[in-house]
Amino acid sequence: MSISTKRRIFLKGSLAAGAVGAAVGAGLLSPREVLAAWPEEAFKSKEINVALKTLLGADAAEASADIEVKAPDIAENGAVVPITVETKLKGIESITLLAAKNPVPLVANFGMGKTADGFVSTRIKMGATGDVIAIVKAGGKLFSAKKEVKVTIGGCGG
Amino acid sequence: MASNTIKLRATEADGMVTVKALITHPMELGTRKDAKTGELIPAHFIQEINVAHAGADVVKGDWSGGVSKDPYLSVRFAGKKGDEVKVSWKDNKGDTDSVAAQVS
Repeated sequence: MSISTKRRIFLKGSLAAGAVGAAVGAGLLSPREVLAAWPEEAFKSKEINVALKTLLGADAAEASADIEVKAPDIAENGAVVPITVETKLKGIESITLLAAKNPVPLVANFGMGKTADGFVSTRIKMGATGDVIAIVKAGGKLFSAKKEVKVTIGGCGG
Repeated sequence: MASNTIKLRATEADGMVTVKALITHPMELGTRKDAKTGELIPAHFIQEINVAHAGADVVKGDWSGGVSKDPYLSVRFAGKKGDEVKVSWKDNKGDTDSVAAQVS
């Protein structure tokens, strides 16, 4: 990268920071809201490991038998695939859902409070047959489990 | 602000409260094209969803447009009958809604 492009990026970065600073100063955004902002970078990433690294700070997750991913074996309609993640792990900090074959694999991330049970159920979109991956952060470590879902596109019931 | 977009139910059994929420929202990814005009349908999806119990956040979700249209969410936490549960969301256009219910 040449010096001039670096300088350009640096200028862009400082301009953006300036705009946020101005918004905070004007009381448009409270500092807490800025920190807790929606993780845009992770949700743009097309690679699972990059998304996890951006979101959770690491991409190495240990496969765990203590996490159960409930999903249908065959989803006739990829637009609505019910997914339930349950885990008995202690000290859960977050549960992350990814669909491996989606253009943007990261689907949802749930920050879990201290009183929350290791349970999340929702419905996701799946573009093609592939694994649904659940990443559970517990006690500062990442654990994972997955389940393959066959997606029948076009709803012909095969 | 949107209104009446969330259907919320919270029930208690054995000291655990199960919350079920059904939200009316298009959850548009922004990558689909309109079948008639061929133009991209702009992204419109819920980015942040919050489940609060007795005034404190219990589950904070960050979503992409990969969550299905008219999203469903169920979570569980320790609590008792009569407690207040509140679910709120915010989408990428800055629209919001929230609803509260008592645990039964």
